[in-house]
Amino acid sequence: MAKIYLDHGATTPLHPEVLEAMKPYLTDLFGNPSSLHSFGREVRKGLEEAREKAAAAIGAEEREIVFTSGGTESDNLAIRGVARAARQRGNHIITSAVEHHAVLDACLGLREEGFDVTVLPVDGYGMVRVSDVEAAITDQTILISIMLANNEVGTLQPVAEIGKIARGRGVVFHTDAVQAIGNLPVNVNDLHCDLLALSAHKHYGPKGVGVLYVRKGTRLKVFNFGGSQERKMRPGTENVPGIIGMGRAIELAVQELDKKADRIRKLRDKLIAGVLEIGDVRLNGHPTERLPGNVNVSVRYVEGESLILSLDLKGIAASSGSACTSGSLDPSHVLLAMGLDHQTAHGSLRLTLGAGNTEEEIDYVLSVMPEIVSRLRSMSPVYAGQRRD
Amino acid sequence: MYTEKVMEHFTNPRNVGEIADADGMGEVGNMKCGDIMRIYIKVNEQDVIEDIKFRTFGCGAAIATSSVVTEMVKGKTLDEALEVTNKQVAAELGGLPENKLHCSNLAADALHKAIEDYRNKRVAEKSNLKETGK
Ligand SMILES: Cc1ncc(COP(=O)(O)O)c(C=O)c1O
Repeated sequence: MAKIYLDHGATTPLHPEVLEAMKPYLTDLFGNPSSLHSFGREVRKGLEEAREKAAAAIGAEEREIVFTSGGTESDNLAIRGVARAARQRGNHIITSAVEHHAVLDACLGLREEGFDVTVLPVDGYGMVRVSDVEAAITDQTILISIMLANNEVGTLQPVAEIGKIARGRGVVFHTDAVQAIGNLPVNVNDLHCDLLALSAHKHYGPKGVGVLYVRKGTRLKVFNFGGSQERKMRPGTENVPGIIGMGRAIELAVQELDKKADRIRKLRDKLIAGVLEIGDVRLNGHPTERLPGNVNVSVRYVEGESLILSLDLKGIAASSGSACTSGSLDPSHVLLAMGLDHQTAHGSLRLTLGAGNTEEEIDYVLSVMPEIVSRLRSMSPVYAGQRRD
Repeated sequence: MYTEKVMEHFTNPRNVGEIADADGMGEVGNMKCGDIMRIYIKVNEQDVIEDIKFRTFGCGAAIATSSVVTEMVKGKTLDEALEVTNKQVAAELGGLPENKLHCSNLAADALHKAIEDYRNKRVAEKSNLKETGK
Protein backbone atom coordinates (compact mmCIF):
# COMPACT_ATOMS: atom_id res chain seq x y z
CA MET A 1 0.00 0.00 0.00
CA ALA A 2 1.24 3.45 -0.88
CA LYS A 3 1.94 5.67 2.10
CA ILE A 4 0.98 9.30 1.85
CA TYR A 5 2.28 11.80 4.35
CA LEU A 6 -0.09 14.72 4.89
CA ASP A 7 1.04 15.81 8.33
CA HIS A 8 3.81 18.29 7.55
CA GLY A 9 2.36 20.58 10.20
CA ALA A 10 3.48 18.03 12.79
CA THR A 11 6.92 17.52 11.34
CA THR A 12 8.73 17.17 8.03
CA PRO A 13 11.25 14.66 6.70
CA LEU A 14 14.90 15.62 6.62
CA HIS A 15 15.99 17.19 3.34
CA PRO A 16 18.69 14.91 1.84
CA GLU A 17 21.06 17.84 1.50
CA VAL A 18 20.54 18.66 5.16
CA LEU A 19 21.53 15.15 6.10
CA GLU A 20 24.66 15.47 3.96
CA ALA A 21 25.57 18.73 5.68
CA MET A 22 25.11 17.17 9.11
CA LYS A 23 27.01 13.92 8.53
CA PRO A 24 30.56 15.20 9.10
CA TYR A 25 29.41 16.72 12.41
CA LEU A 26 28.08 13.36 13.56
CA THR A 27 31.38 11.69 12.76
CA ASP A 28 34.77 13.35 12.25
CA LEU A 29 33.89 16.88 13.33
CA PHE A 30 33.09 16.06 16.92
CA GLY A 31 35.05 18.78 18.72
CA ASN A 32 33.51 21.12 21.25
CA PRO A 33 33.07 24.49 19.56
CA SER A 34 34.25 26.21 22.75
CA SER A 35 37.63 24.42 22.60
CA LEU A 36 40.60 26.42 21.41
CA HIS A 37 42.33 23.56 19.55
CA SER A 38 41.85 22.68 15.92
CA PHE A 39 39.07 20.18 16.67
CA GLY A 40 37.07 22.87 18.38
CA ARG A 41 37.92 25.63 15.93
CA GLU A 42 36.77 23.66 12.96
CA VAL A 43 33.40 22.98 14.55
CA ARG A 44 33.11 26.60 15.67
CA LYS A 45 33.50 27.61 12.03
CA GLY A 46 30.61 25.37 10.99
CA LEU A 47 28.48 26.68 13.80
CA GLU A 48 29.06 30.29 12.85
CA GLU A 49 28.30 29.53 9.21
CA ALA A 50 24.99 28.06 10.30
CA ARG A 51 24.33 31.24 12.24
CA GLU A 52 25.08 33.33 9.14
CA LYS A 53 22.62 31.26 7.15
CA ALA A 54 19.88 31.58 9.75
CA ALA A 55 20.48 35.32 10.01
CA ALA A 56 20.46 35.80 6.24
CA ALA A 57 17.23 33.82 5.89
CA ILE A 58 15.26 36.22 8.06
CA GLY A 59 17.07 39.50 7.46
CA ALA A 60 18.79 39.50 10.83
CA GLU A 61 22.33 40.00 12.04
CA GLU A 62 24.36 37.02 13.16
CA ARG A 63 24.60 38.14 16.74
CA GLU A 64 20.82 38.30 16.90
CA ILE A 65 20.52 34.54 16.39
CA VAL A 66 20.30 32.25 19.41
CA PHE A 67 20.22 28.53 18.76
CA THR A 68 17.83 26.64 21.03
CA SER A 69 16.34 23.16 21.34
CA GLY A 70 13.33 24.08 19.19
CA GLY A 71 10.19 26.13 18.91
CA THR A 72 9.03 25.46 22.44
CA GLU A 73 12.23 26.64 24.05
CA SER A 74 12.42 29.67 21.77
CA ASP A 75 8.90 30.76 22.69
CA ASN A 76 9.47 30.21 26.39
CA LEU A 77 12.80 32.00 26.36
CA ALA A 78 11.27 34.95 24.54
CA ILE A 79 8.17 35.32 26.68
CA ARG A 80 9.49 34.51 30.09
CA GLY A 81 12.81 36.18 29.34
CA VAL A 82 11.17 39.49 28.42
CA ALA A 83 8.65 39.31 31.25
CA ARG A 84 11.36 38.92 33.84
CA ALA A 85 13.59 41.55 32.30
CA ALA A 86 10.84 44.15 31.98
CA ARG A 87 9.15 43.51 35.31
CA GLN A 88 10.03 46.97 36.61
CA ARG A 89 8.46 48.69 33.63
CA GLY A 90 5.13 46.89 33.67
CA ASN A 91 3.30 43.62 34.11
CA HIS A 92 0.93 43.38 31.17
CA ILE A 93 1.27 40.86 28.34
CA ILE A 94 -0.92 40.52 25.25
CA THR A 95 -1.32 37.31 23.27
CA SER A 96 -4.06 35.57 21.29
CA ALA A 97 -6.41 32.67 21.88
CA VAL A 98 -5.05 30.69 18.93
CA GLU A 99 -1.38 30.58 19.86
CA HIS A 100 0.51 27.31 20.09
CA HIS A 101 0.61 26.05 23.68
CA ALA A 102 4.30 26.93 23.83
CA VAL A 103 3.23 30.58 23.73
CA LEU A 104 -0.20 30.45 25.33
CA ASP A 105 0.80 28.37 28.32
CA ALA A 106 4.03 30.31 28.79
CA CYS A 107 1.96 33.51 28.98
CA LEU A 108 -0.76 32.04 31.18
CA GLY A 109 1.88 30.61 33.49
CA LEU A 110 3.10 34.14 34.11
CA ARG A 111 -0.25 35.00 35.70
CA GLU A 112 0.90 32.98 38.68
CA GLU A 113 3.86 35.30 38.95
CA GLY A 114 1.64 38.35 39.09
CA PHE A 115 1.52 39.25 35.42
CA ASP A 116 -1.67 40.45 33.83
CA VAL A 117 -2.27 38.52 30.59
CA THR A 118 -4.76 39.59 27.92
CA VAL A 119 -5.74 36.75 25.59
CA LEU A 120 -7.24 38.37 22.50
CA PRO A 121 -10.15 36.69 20.73
CA VAL A 122 -10.08 35.89 17.02
CA ASP A 123 -12.64 36.15 14.24
CA GLY A 124 -14.32 33.18 12.58
CA TYR A 125 -11.26 32.61 10.40
CA GLY A 126 -8.96 32.49 13.40
CA MET A 127 -7.55 35.95 12.74
CA VAL A 128 -6.60 38.49 15.37
CA ARG A 129 -7.97 42.01 14.79
CA VAL A 130 -5.26 44.64 14.70
CA SER A 131 -7.62 47.10 16.36
CA ASP A 132 -8.03 44.70 19.30
CA VAL A 133 -4.29 44.62 19.79
CA GLU A 134 -4.10 48.37 19.67
CA ALA A 135 -6.95 48.78 22.14
CA ALA A 136 -5.45 46.28 24.57
CA ILE A 137 -2.14 48.12 24.99
CA THR A 138 -1.80 50.00 28.27
CA ASP A 139 1.11 51.83 29.85
CA GLN A 140 1.81 48.58 31.68
CA THR A 141 2.19 46.51 28.51
CA ILE A 142 5.66 45.03 28.14
CA LEU A 143 5.14 42.29 25.57
CA ILE A 144 2.91 41.29 22.69
CA SER A 145 3.14 37.76 21.29
CA ILE A 146 1.14 36.90 18.18
CA MET A 147 2.03 34.03 15.86
CA LEU A 148 2.75 34.51 12.16
CA ALA A 149 0.94 31.41 10.89
CA ASN A 150 -1.35 29.15 12.85
CA ASN A 151 -0.30 25.52 13.08
CA GLU A 152 -3.80 24.08 13.12
CA VAL A 153 -5.87 26.07 10.66
CA GLY A 154 -3.03 27.79 8.79
CA THR A 155 -4.44 31.29 9.18
CA LEU A 156 -1.88 34.04 8.68
CA GLN A 157 -1.98 36.84 11.22
CA PRO A 158 -1.49 40.55 10.40
CA VAL A 159 1.85 40.43 12.15
CA ALA A 160 3.56 43.24 10.23
CA GLU A 161 0.79 45.66 11.22
CA ILE A 162 0.82 44.51 14.81
CA GLY A 163 4.60 44.86 14.86
CA LYS A 164 4.36 48.43 13.65
CA ILE A 165 1.90 49.31 16.38
CA ALA A 166 4.00 47.62 19.04
CA ARG A 167 7.06 49.51 17.85
CA GLY A 168 5.16 52.79 17.92
CA ARG A 169 4.05 52.17 21.49
CA GLY A 170 7.45 50.95 22.64
CA VAL A 171 6.25 47.43 23.42
CA VAL A 172 8.45 44.40 22.75
CA PHE A 173 6.93 42.19 20.06
CA HIS A 174 7.45 38.44 19.72
CA THR A 175 6.14 36.28 16.89
CA ASP A 176 6.14 32.50 16.58
CA ALA A 177 7.12 31.89 12.95
CA VAL A 178 7.62 28.14 13.38
CA GLN A 179 5.00 27.22 10.77
CA ALA A 180 5.66 30.16 8.49
CA ILE A 181 9.30 29.78 7.56
CA GLY A 182 9.76 28.12 4.17
CA ASN A 183 6.09 28.74 3.39
CA LEU A 184 6.07 32.50 3.15
CA PRO A 185 8.67 35.27 3.25
CA VAL A 186 9.83 35.94 6.80
CA ASN A 187 11.83 39.10 7.42
CA VAL A 188 12.27 40.50 10.91
CA ASN A 189 12.41 44.06 9.65
CA ASP A 190 9.30 43.84 7.53
CA LEU A 191 7.52 42.24 10.48
CA HIS A 192 8.82 44.84 12.95
CA CYS A 193 9.39 42.11 15.50
CA ASP A 194 11.91 42.06 18.33
CA LEU A 195 11.78 38.32 18.86
CA LEU A 196 10.94 35.50 16.48
CA ALA A 197 10.83 31.74 17.07
CA LEU A 198 11.77 29.03 14.57
CA SER A 199 12.02 25.25 14.68
CA ALA A 200 14.13 23.24 12.23
CA HIS A 201 11.96 20.14 12.03
CA LYS A 202 9.07 22.07 10.51
CA HIS A 203 11.19 23.03 7.51
CA TYR A 204 12.96 19.80 6.57
CA GLY A 205 15.63 20.10 9.23
CA PRO A 206 16.34 17.89 12.24
CA LYS A 207 14.23 17.70 15.40
CA GLY A 208 15.33 19.27 18.65
CA VAL A 209 16.88 22.45 17.30
CA GLY A 210 15.48 25.91 16.75
CA VAL A 211 16.29 29.59 16.71
CA LEU A 212 15.24 32.54 18.74
CA TYR A 213 15.90 35.79 16.94
CA VAL A 214 16.59 38.52 19.49
CA ARG A 215 16.79 42.04 18.06
CA LYS A 216 19.79 43.86 19.44
CA GLY A 217 18.84 45.95 22.42
CA THR A 218 16.06 43.59 23.47
CA ARG A 219 16.62 42.57 27.06
CA LEU A 220 15.99 39.02 28.19
CA LYS A 221 16.51 37.63 31.66
CA VAL A 222 17.42 34.00 31.20
CA PHE A 223 16.64 31.15 33.54
CA ASN A 224 19.45 28.74 32.72
CA PHE A 225 22.97 29.33 33.91
CA GLY A 226 26.20 27.70 32.87
CA GLY A 227 28.73 28.42 30.19
CA SER A 228 28.81 31.44 27.93
CA GLN A 229 27.47 29.73 24.83
CA GLU A 230 24.98 31.68 22.69
CA ARG A 231 25.95 34.88 24.46
CA LYS A 232 24.80 33.32 27.73
CA MET A 233 21.22 33.25 26.52
CA ARG A 234 21.39 29.53 26.00
CA PRO A 235 24.25 28.10 28.05
CA GLY A 236 25.38 24.53 27.48
CA THR A 237 27.41 22.77 24.80
CA GLU A 238 25.65 23.30 21.52
CA ASN A 239 23.69 20.67 19.60
CA VAL A 240 26.22 20.98 16.81
CA PRO A 241 24.87 18.50 14.24
CA GLY A 242 21.39 19.92 14.81
CA ILE A 243 22.52 23.50 14.39
CA ILE A 244 24.42 22.65 11.21
CA GLY A 245 21.24 20.97 9.95
CA MET A 246 19.13 23.95 10.91
CA GLY A 247 21.46 26.30 9.03
CA ARG A 248 21.35 24.27 5.84
CA ALA A 249 17.62 23.63 6.14
CA ILE A 250 16.71 27.28 6.54
CA GLU A 251 18.96 28.24 3.65
CA LEU A 252 17.19 25.70 1.42
CA ALA A 253 13.77 26.68 2.75
CA VAL A 254 14.26 30.24 1.63
CA GLN A 255 15.89 29.33 -1.69
CA GLU A 256 13.12 26.93 -2.64
CA LEU A 257 10.28 29.00 -1.24
CA ASP A 258 8.72 30.41 -4.40
CA LYS A 259 8.96 27.25 -6.43
CA LYS A 260 7.66 25.05 -3.64
CA ALA A 261 4.92 27.25 -2.20
CA ASP A 262 3.15 27.80 -5.53
CA ARG A 263 3.06 24.14 -6.36
CA ILE A 264 1.85 23.17 -2.89
CA ARG A 265 -0.78 25.92 -2.88
CA LYS A 266 -2.29 24.50 -6.07
CA LEU A 267 -2.44 21.03 -4.56
CA ARG A 268 -3.98 22.49 -1.42
CA ASP A 269 -6.72 24.23 -3.35
CA LYS A 270 -7.49 21.07 -5.27
CA LEU A 271 -7.67 19.09 -2.04
CA ILE A 272 -9.92 21.67 -0.37
CA ALA A 273 -12.28 21.79 -3.34
CA GLY A 274 -12.45 18.01 -3.52
CA VAL A 275 -13.09 17.49 0.17
CA LEU A 276 -15.79 20.16 0.26
CA GLU A 277 -17.58 18.28 -2.50
CA ILE A 278 -18.26 15.41 -0.10
CA GLY A 279 -20.98 17.58 1.42
CA ASP A 280 -21.55 18.80 4.97
CA VAL A 281 -17.87 19.64 5.15
CA ARG A 282 -16.71 23.05 6.33
CA LEU A 283 -13.36 24.71 5.68
CA ASN A 284 -11.76 25.92 8.90
CA GLY A 285 -9.50 28.94 8.70
CA HIS A 286 -9.17 31.67 6.15
CA PRO A 287 -9.89 30.82 2.49
CA THR A 288 -6.89 32.74 1.14
CA GLU A 289 -4.84 34.10 4.03
CA ARG A 290 -3.58 30.66 4.97
CA LEU A 291 -0.43 28.55 4.80
CA PRO A 292 0.11 27.12 1.30
CA GLY A 293 0.08 23.55 2.63
CA ASN A 294 -2.73 23.72 5.17
CA VAL A 295 -6.11 22.07 4.71
CA ASN A 296 -8.34 22.02 7.78
CA VAL A 297 -11.94 20.93 7.47
CA SER A 298 -14.70 19.78 9.78
CA VAL A 299 -16.61 16.77 8.58
CA ARG A 300 -20.08 17.01 10.07
CA TYR A 301 -21.47 14.07 12.06
CA VAL A 302 -18.17 12.24 12.47
CA GLU A 303 -15.35 12.42 14.96
CA GLY A 304 -11.81 13.34 13.98
CA GLU A 305 -9.88 10.47 15.46
CA SER A 306 -12.01 7.91 13.70
CA LEU A 307 -11.35 9.78 10.45
CA ILE A 308 -7.63 9.69 11.08
CA LEU A 309 -7.67 5.98 11.91
CA SER A 310 -9.63 5.27 8.74
CA LEU A 311 -7.26 7.33 6.62
CA ASP A 312 -4.29 5.63 8.27
CA LEU A 313 -5.72 2.25 7.27
CA LYS A 314 -5.52 3.56 3.69
CA GLY A 315 -1.94 4.68 4.21
CA ILE A 316 -2.74 8.36 4.63
CA ALA A 317 -1.23 10.28 7.56
CA ALA A 318 -3.33 13.18 8.87
CA SER A 319 -4.23 14.84 12.16
CA SER A 320 -7.21 16.32 13.97
CA GLY A 321 -8.16 18.81 16.63
CA SER A 322 -10.63 16.46 18.30
CA ALA A 323 -10.33 15.88 22.03
CA CYS A 324 -9.07 12.36 21.48
CA THR A 325 -6.13 13.64 19.50
CA SER A 326 -5.48 16.85 21.40
CA GLY A 327 -4.64 14.77 24.44
CA SER A 328 -7.20 16.52 26.64
CA LEU A 329 -10.91 16.23 27.21
CA ASP A 330 -11.63 19.27 25.09
CA PRO A 331 -11.19 19.69 21.37
CA SER A 332 -8.63 22.14 19.99
CA HIS A 333 -8.54 25.52 21.71
CA VAL A 334 -7.97 27.09 18.30
CA LEU A 335 -11.19 25.76 16.80
CA LEU A 336 -13.20 26.68 19.89
CA ALA A 337 -11.72 30.18 19.86
CA MET A 338 -12.91 30.51 16.25
CA GLY A 339 -16.43 29.90 17.48
CA LEU A 340 -16.89 26.31 16.33
CA ASP A 341 -19.31 24.25 18.38
CA HIS A 342 -17.99 21.09 20.00
CA GLN A 343 -19.34 18.71 17.40
CA THR A 344 -17.77 20.64 14.54
CA ALA A 345 -14.48 20.93 16.41
CA HIS A 346 -14.45 17.20 17.20
CA GLY A 347 -14.95 16.51 13.51
CA SER A 348 -11.93 18.46 12.39
CA LEU A 349 -9.37 17.00 10.06
CA ARG A 350 -6.03 18.60 9.26
CA LEU A 351 -4.15 17.62 6.12
CA THR A 352 -0.86 19.47 5.76
CA LEU A 353 0.96 19.19 2.47
CA GLY A 354 4.66 19.41 1.90
CA ALA A 355 7.46 19.23 -0.62
CA GLY A 356 7.08 15.53 -1.36
CA ASN A 357 3.38 15.44 -2.14
CA THR A 358 2.16 14.87 -5.69
CA GLU A 359 -1.07 15.45 -7.53
CA GLU A 360 -1.55 11.67 -7.79
CA GLU A 361 -1.51 11.50 -4.01
CA ILE A 362 -4.18 14.17 -3.76
CA ASP A 363 -6.27 12.27 -6.30
CA TYR A 364 -5.91 9.12 -4.23
CA VAL A 365 -6.94 10.89 -1.02
CA LEU A 366 -9.98 12.33 -2.76
CA SER A 367 -10.87 8.92 -4.13
CA VAL A 368 -10.97 7.25 -0.71
CA MET A 369 -12.37 10.08 1.42
CA PRO A 370 -16.06 9.88 0.40
CA GLU A 371 -16.28 6.22 1.30
CA ILE A 372 -14.54 6.73 4.65
CA VAL A 373 -16.86 9.59 5.52
CA SER A 374 -20.03 7.79 4.51
CA ARG A 375 -19.03 4.67 6.48
CA LEU A 376 -18.46 6.70 9.65
CA ARG A 377 -21.62 8.70 9.11
CA SER A 378 -23.60 5.51 8.74
CA MET A 379 -22.48 4.60 12.27
CA SER A 380 -23.19 8.02 13.72
CA PRO A 381 -26.28 8.66 15.84
CA VAL A 382 -26.08 12.37 15.09
CA TYR A 383 -26.14 11.70 11.37
CA ALA A 384 -29.02 9.26 11.61
CA GLY A 385 -31.11 12.08 13.02
CA GLN A 386 -30.29 14.26 10.04
CA ARG A 387 -31.03 11.83 7.27
CA ARG A 388 -33.86 12.68 5.00
CA ASP A 389 -34.28 9.20 3.52
CA MET B 1 -1.68 2.60 20.30
CA TYR B 2 -4.77 0.42 19.79
CA THR B 3 -4.75 -3.38 20.01
CA GLU B 4 -5.41 -5.46 16.93
CA LYS B 5 -8.79 -6.38 18.29
CA VAL B 6 -9.79 -2.73 18.68
CA MET B 7 -8.77 -2.06 15.11
CA GLU B 8 -10.60 -5.16 13.94
CA HIS B 9 -13.84 -3.98 15.58
CA PHE B 10 -13.26 -0.45 14.32
CA THR B 11 -12.83 -1.74 10.78
CA ASN B 12 -15.63 -4.32 10.91
CA PRO B 13 -18.02 -3.18 13.61
CA ARG B 14 -20.74 -5.68 14.54
CA ASN B 15 -24.39 -4.80 14.85
CA VAL B 16 -24.31 -1.24 13.54
CA GLY B 17 -27.65 0.42 13.08
CA GLU B 18 -30.86 0.90 14.95
CA ILE B 19 -33.89 -1.21 15.75
CA ALA B 20 -37.06 0.53 14.61
CA ASP B 21 -39.33 -1.17 17.16
CA ALA B 22 -36.70 -1.50 19.90
CA ASP B 23 -37.81 -2.56 23.36
CA GLY B 24 -35.16 -0.40 24.98
CA MET B 25 -32.75 2.35 24.01
CA GLY B 26 -29.86 3.77 26.00
CA GLU B 27 -27.67 6.75 25.21
CA VAL B 28 -24.56 7.96 27.00
CA GLY B 29 -21.89 10.57 26.42
CA ASN B 30 -22.16 14.13 25.25
CA MET B 31 -20.89 16.27 22.45
CA LYS B 32 -18.61 18.24 24.73
CA CYS B 33 -16.20 15.35 25.13
CA GLY B 34 -16.90 14.03 21.66
CA ASP B 35 -18.47 10.65 22.33
CA ILE B 36 -22.11 9.68 21.95
CA MET B 37 -23.18 6.03 22.08
CA ARG B 38 -26.67 4.77 21.49
CA ILE B 39 -27.67 1.14 22.00
CA TYR B 40 -30.98 -0.45 20.97
CA ILE B 41 -32.20 -3.81 22.28
CA LYS B 42 -34.92 -6.25 21.38
CA VAL B 43 -35.88 -8.54 24.29
CA ASN B 44 -37.90 -11.78 24.09
CA GLU B 45 -40.32 -13.45 26.53
CA GLN B 46 -37.46 -15.17 28.38
CA ASP B 47 -35.77 -11.81 29.08
CA VAL B 48 -33.07 -12.67 26.55
CA ILE B 49 -31.49 -9.99 24.32
CA GLU B 50 -32.53 -11.25 20.93
CA ASP B 51 -31.19 -8.40 18.91
CA ILE B 52 -28.93 -5.47 19.66
CA LYS B 53 -27.66 -2.57 17.54
CA PHE B 54 -25.60 0.52 18.12
CA ARG B 55 -24.76 3.89 16.65
CA THR B 56 -21.74 5.79 17.91
CA PHE B 57 -20.19 9.17 17.27
CA GLY B 58 -16.68 8.99 18.60
CA CYS B 59 -13.12 7.85 18.36
CA GLY B 60 -11.79 4.41 17.53
CA ALA B 61 -12.17 3.24 21.12
CA ALA B 62 -15.76 4.45 21.31
CA ILE B 63 -16.70 2.57 18.15
CA ALA B 64 -14.84 -0.61 19.10
CA THR B 65 -16.27 -0.77 22.65
CA SER B 66 -19.79 -0.27 21.29
CA SER B 67 -19.28 -3.02 18.76
CA VAL B 68 -17.76 -5.52 21.17
CA VAL B 69 -20.37 -4.99 23.87
CA THR B 70 -23.14 -5.87 21.42
CA GLU B 71 -21.31 -9.08 20.65
CA MET B 72 -20.74 -9.86 24.33
CA VAL B 73 -24.41 -9.69 25.32
CA LYS B 74 -26.35 -10.83 22.27
CA GLY B 75 -28.25 -13.96 23.35
CA LYS B 76 -27.66 -13.24 27.04
CA THR B 77 -30.38 -12.60 29.63
CA LEU B 78 -30.88 -9.08 30.88
CA ASP B 79 -29.49 -10.01 34.29
CA GLU B 80 -26.37 -11.43 32.67
CA ALA B 81 -26.02 -8.35 30.51
CA LEU B 82 -26.27 -6.10 33.55
CA GLU B 83 -23.21 -7.84 34.99
CA VAL B 84 -21.03 -6.66 32.09
CA THR B 85 -18.84 -3.72 33.12
CA ASN B 86 -16.91 -1.12 31.16
CA LYS B 87 -13.77 -2.72 32.52
CA GLN B 88 -14.72 -6.11 31.05
CA VAL B 89 -15.47 -4.47 27.72
CA ALA B 90 -11.98 -2.95 27.65
CA ALA B 91 -10.47 -6.29 28.67
CA GLU B 92 -12.39 -8.07 25.90
CA LEU B 93 -10.63 -5.76 23.44
CA GLY B 94 -7.23 -6.63 24.85
CA GLY B 95 -7.09 -3.33 26.73
CA LEU B 96 -7.42 0.33 25.81
CA PRO B 97 -4.94 3.19 25.99
CA GLU B 98 -4.92 4.85 29.41
CA ASN B 99 -6.52 8.10 28.20
CA LYS B 100 -9.43 6.19 26.63
CA LEU B 101 -10.43 4.24 29.71
CA HIS B 102 -12.40 7.12 31.10
CA CYS B 103 -14.13 8.99 28.29
CA SER B 104 -14.53 6.51 25.47
CA ASN B 105 -15.29 3.40 27.45
CA LEU B 106 -18.98 3.85 28.17
CA ALA B 107 -20.53 1.10 26.07
CA ALA B 108 -21.61 -1.00 29.08
CA ASP B 109 -23.26 2.09 30.54
CA ALA B 110 -25.23 2.60 27.33
CA LEU B 111 -26.29 -1.04 27.44
CA HIS B 112 -27.39 -0.77 31.06
CA LYS B 113 -29.41 2.31 30.20
CA ALA B 114 -31.12 0.44 27.38
CA ILE B 115 -32.04 -2.36 29.79
CA GLU B 116 -33.28 0.16 32.33
CA ASP B 117 -35.35 1.81 29.62
CA TYR B 118 -36.85 -1.55 28.71
CA ARG B 119 -37.69 -2.39 32.34
CA ASN B 120 -39.20 1.04 32.98
CA LYS B 121 -41.41 0.60 29.95
CA ARG B 122 -42.51 -2.83 31.18
CA VAL B 123 -43.44 -1.44 34.56
CA ALA B 124 -45.39 1.32 32.89
CA GLU B 125 -47.17 -1.17 30.64
CA LYS B 126 -48.14 -3.36 33.59
CA SER B 127 -49.59 -0.50 35.56
CA ASN B 128 -51.44 0.62 32.44
CA LEU B 129 -52.89 -2.87 32.10
CA LYS B 130 -53.98 -2.86 35.73
CA GLU B 131 -55.68 0.47 35.33
CA THR B 132 -57.54 -0.53 32.19
CA GLY B 133 -58.52 -3.83 33.90
CA LYS B 134 -60.27 -1.99 36.71
C1 LIG C 1 3.39 27.26 15.88
C2 LIG C 1 4.29 26.34 16.64
N1 LIG C 1 5.02 26.82 17.66
C3 LIG C 1 5.84 26.02 18.37
C4 LIG C 1 5.96 24.68 18.10
C5 LIG C 1 6.87 23.83 18.93
O1 LIG C 1 8.04 23.53 18.25
P1 LIG C 1 9.00 22.36 18.73
O2 LIG C 1 8.32 21.09 18.40
O3 LIG C 1 10.25 22.54 17.95
O4 LIG C 1 9.24 22.54 20.19
C6 LIG C 1 5.21 24.14 17.05
C7 LIG C 1 5.29 22.69 16.74
O5 LIG C 1 4.39 21.92 17.00
C8 LIG C 1 4.35 24.99 16.31
O6 LIG C 1 3.61 24.51 15.32
